[in-house]
Amino acid sequence: MTTKRVASTLVLSIVLIGAPSLARSQGGGMKGMPGMDMGHEIVIPKGALYTKADVEFMQGMIAHHSQAIVMSRMAESHGANPQVLKLSNKIDQSQVPEIRIMQGWLERNNQFAPDTSSWHHTTMSGMLTTAQLEELDAAKGVDFDRAFLRLMIQHHAGALKMVDDLFNAPLAGQEVDVNVFANDVVTAQTTEIGIMQRLLKQLPPK
Amino acid sequence: MHRSCKLIGLIATVVVPALLSAQSYPSAADPRSNLKPGRLDAGIAASNMRLVSFSPKPAVFDTVRGLTFINSDVAFGNGHYAYQGNFAGFTIWDVSNPAKPVMASVVQCITSQGDPTIIGNLLFVSAEGAGNRNDCGKGGVQDPKDHMAGIRIFDVSNPRAPKLIKNVQTCKGSHTHTVIPSPTNPKIVYLYVSGQQAARPETELAGCKNGDDPADSTNSLYQLDIVKVPLDHPEQAAVMPGARIFTGLDGSPECKTFCAPVDTRRPPRGGRGGAPGDSANPAAVRLNTGPRNCHDVTAYPAMHLLAAACSSHSIMVDISNPEKPVRLSALTDTNNFQGRHTAGFSNDGKKIIMTDEWGGGTGPMCQANSIMELGGNTIISLSQNGKKQTQRSYFKLPAAQSAEENCVSHNGGLIPVPGRDLYVQGWYQGGVDIMDFTDANHPSEIGYFDRGSIDPPPPADTARGVELPGAVAPGRGAAAARSRGTIGGSWGAYYWNGMIYSSELDRGFDIYELTPSTRLSANEIAAAKLVRMKEYNPQSQPKLVWPAAFPVVRSYLDQLVRNDGLSSDKTSAIAKSLDAAEKQSGAARAASLTKLAGEVDADAKGAKDSARVKTMASEIRRLAAASK
Repeated sequence: MTTKRVASTLVLSIVLIGAPSLARSQGGGMKGMPGMDMGHEIVIPKGALYTKADVEFMQGMIAHHSQAIVMSRMAESHGANPQVLKLSNKIDQSQVPEIRIMQGWLERNNQFAPDTSSWHHTTMSGMLTTAQLEELDAAKGVDFDRAFLRLMIQHHAGALKMVDDLFNAPLAGQEVDVNVFANDVVTAQTTEIGIMQRLLKQLPPK
Repeated sequence: MHRSCKLIGLIATVVVPALLSAQSYPSAADPRSNLKPGRLDAGIAASNMRLVSFSPKPAVFDTVRGLTFINSDVAFGNGHYAYQGNFAGFTIWDVSNPAKPVMASVVQCITSQGDPTIIGNLLFVSAEGAGNRNDCGKGGVQDPKDHMAGIRIFDVSNPRAPKLIKNVQTCKGSHTHTVIPSPTNPKIVYLYVSGQQAARPETELAGCKNGDDPADSTNSLYQLDIVKVPLDHPEQAAVMPGARIFTGLDGSPECKTFCAPVDTRRPPRGGRGGAPGDSANPAAVRLNTGPRNCHDVTAYPAMHLLAAACSSHSIMVDISNPEKPVRLSALTDTNNFQGRHTAGFSNDGKKIIMTDEWGGGTGPMCQANSIMELGGNTIISLSQNGKKQTQRSYFKLPAAQSAEENCVSHNGGLIPVPGRDLYVQGWYQGGVDIMDFTDANHPSEIGYFDRGSIDPPPPADTARGVELPGAVAPGRGAAAARSRGTIGGSWGAYYWNGMIYSSELDRGFDIYELTPSTRLSANEIAAAKLVRMKEYNPQSQPKLVWPAAFPVVRSYLDQLVRNDGLSSDKTSAIAKSLDAAEKQSGAARAASLTKLAGEVDADAKGAKDSARVKTMASEIRRLAAASK
C-alpha cells in the first residue's frame, strides 16, 4: 500500500453527511488522526487465518470505497443525467454498508479500523488524484457524466486490481470474511464497469 | 394463422411493462418494522405461517462471529432428513417429527460455502473458499496442493457417521452446484458447478487458466463446469469438458425495459459505436464485462431446461444432453441490476424468477431508502421453449428492514398449491417470505415470518453521519464490535412434504407450517401437503404433480371464489355437490362427480376465469376416475 497526502486540503462541495450507517467508530475526535501513514503497526496474532496483506486490503479498501462515495454524492449537485444519478446512488448504497463490514472485521480482529476520512490521505489503486477530483468537481451536466463514468471505471478497475493483488499475496485471502468480501467486490464492480461502459457510449459526442 | 397473429398483437399491447417503481415500501406500520432485536429472543412477526420448531446451531459452529461458521443451504432426502450446510461442515437433521428435529450428526469440515445436494446416500458439498483443505482441517492452506476447491462427496448411508469419500477439484471451485440426472442412465448424475471467482493458478491445479477471451477453449473462465458422477462408483466422479455458454455475451448491452429514465435533455445518439471520446477512454479498462460464470443455476430436468443466473444475464439453456448444454437465450437487466443470483421456474415452465443478490447477502439492502428494483426478484416469462425471455416485473420484500439487518432476496422454491405459482424464499434477516407470481406482471406477498435484528442498533452517538469520526485504535473497538455487524437470517426457505424449512445463518434451523387465511385457503394448504417427495434438491426442480383428491378440486374452487372467476351461485352449488359426492363412495361417487364435471364444463362458458373453471372440471373428472 502506498500512502501519501493528496487531498487533505481539497475542499469539495460535498461531505459525507446524512449517512447514518457510515460512521462506525467510537468516541469522538482523535484530532488529527493521521491514518495509515502514521504507522499503526499491523500485528498478526499467532494462529490467525489472515495475513498482513488481508489487513492492508481491508484498511485500504475503506479509503477506496470512501472516495467512491464522495464521487457518487457529487452526482446530484453536478447535474448528472438520471441514469448516471441512479448508478451513483447504487454505488453509494452498496459501498456504505461494505465499509461497515470492513470496519467490523478489522475491529473484531483487533486491527486498526480507518474511518471514512481515510481517503484524504491514502492512495490505493485506481483512486483519483487531487487534480482528477478537482476536474470532476468542476464539471457539470454532460461533462460531469463523462468525467464521472471515466473516473469511476478507473476507480472500479483499481478495486479489481486490489483484489488481484490480495489473492496473489502469499497465504492471503483465506480468512472466510475477507475471501467472501473480496469476491463480492469483483462480482459487483465488474458488472458496474459494464454498465458504466454502456452509459459512456450513450453520451452525446463532445 | 390470421387469428394467432392477432392474438400475439393483443398480448403485446397487454404486456407493456409495469411502471418502473410500481412497488414502494409500506409505512412503518408493518408488523415487521421495529421488532425487538435479539439473537435468540428477538421479536417475531408472522403472517400465514407459524413457527413449528427452532433448533439452535450446533455448539461447534457457534464459537465466533463473522462468516466462519454460518449455515448455508439445505437439501432434503431419504424421506425424513434435512442436510444443512455450514461454512465449516454440515448438520444432518432427522425431521420425522418437525416439532422436534433430532440432530443425527454434525460433521466438522471447513468447506465454505458448503451448499449441499443429496442423491440417495451421496451428499455433495460445494467448496469454494481459499482456506478449504483436502483434509477438512482448520488453519488454512499452507501448501497449495492441500487446497480443496470443487465438490466434496460424502457417504451418508449412516446419517450418524458420514464419511468423506472423494474431493473433486475444479479450476474455479464451487460456489454452488446443481444436480442434473442423466436422461438415459439412472446410474449417472451430472453436477453443474457454478462460481464467479477467478481460476486457480496452474501451479496449484493443472490445466487451469485465467484469460479474457470467452471463446478460448483453454480458458477456465467463461465456461460452466461439469462433473460426471457414476452413482455406484462416486470415487470415479470426474470433471468433464465445460460448456462454453457465455461466448458472445456483452456485459454492457442497451437498456430495453425497466431502464432508469432516459435523459430527455440530451437524447443519446442513435446507432452503435459510441461517442468519439470513447476509444480514448483513459481508464483503458480492457475487461470483458459479460458473465464469466454463473452464480447459481436451476435445472428443470422434466423440461430439459436450465435457468442460469449469471451476473448481468439470465441465461436459458437446453440440457437435453447434459454433457453438451446449449444456450437458448440470454436476457440482461441493465437497470443497474447487479448480480443474478438464483433462478426458479414456475411449475408449467412458462415463467422464471431471477433474484438479485445486491450487496452479496451481507448488506442491509431492504431499508426504507434502498433502491426498489435492486436486491429483489424479477419475474421473466418464457416463450418459444425458452428461446425468448421477457422481463415482466420486480418484487422486493414489502417491509423495510433496519440497517442492522443484512437483507436481499435469496434462495427459495415452489409451494405446491395447484393453480397458483407460490414461491417461498429466504431474505436473510428480512426473514422468510412467500411471493405469489401467478400474475407475472403483478407479483405479491401472501405470507411471511420475520425476526428482529440479531444485533441491537448502535448507540445514537455513533450512528451520526460525520465525515471525520474518531478512528478506532487497535484493541478498542473489539468489545463493541462483537455485538454489531452479525450476518444472519434465512439463507434459503423451502417447502418439503408439508413443512417449510429455513436455514438460518447465525441462529440455527427453523421449521414452519402454513396457516390458512383469505389469501391461502385450508384446501390449498391441504392440496400442497398431498405432494410428497423422498428427495428434494431445490436447485434441481422437480415437476409437481397432484393426486386426484378433493382438496385439489377445492383449491381451484377457492381460487375462483377469491378472484371472482365464477359467479357465487355457481361456486356455492359446486361446493355443495362436492360435499355430497365426498359422502358417497365407489361407483356412486364416481357417477356424481362425472355429472358434476359436465356441469362445470358448461359453467366455464361465460365465466370470468374460464380456464380455471375448465381445469377444475378436468380435476373433478380425474377424481371421478380415481373413485371407481
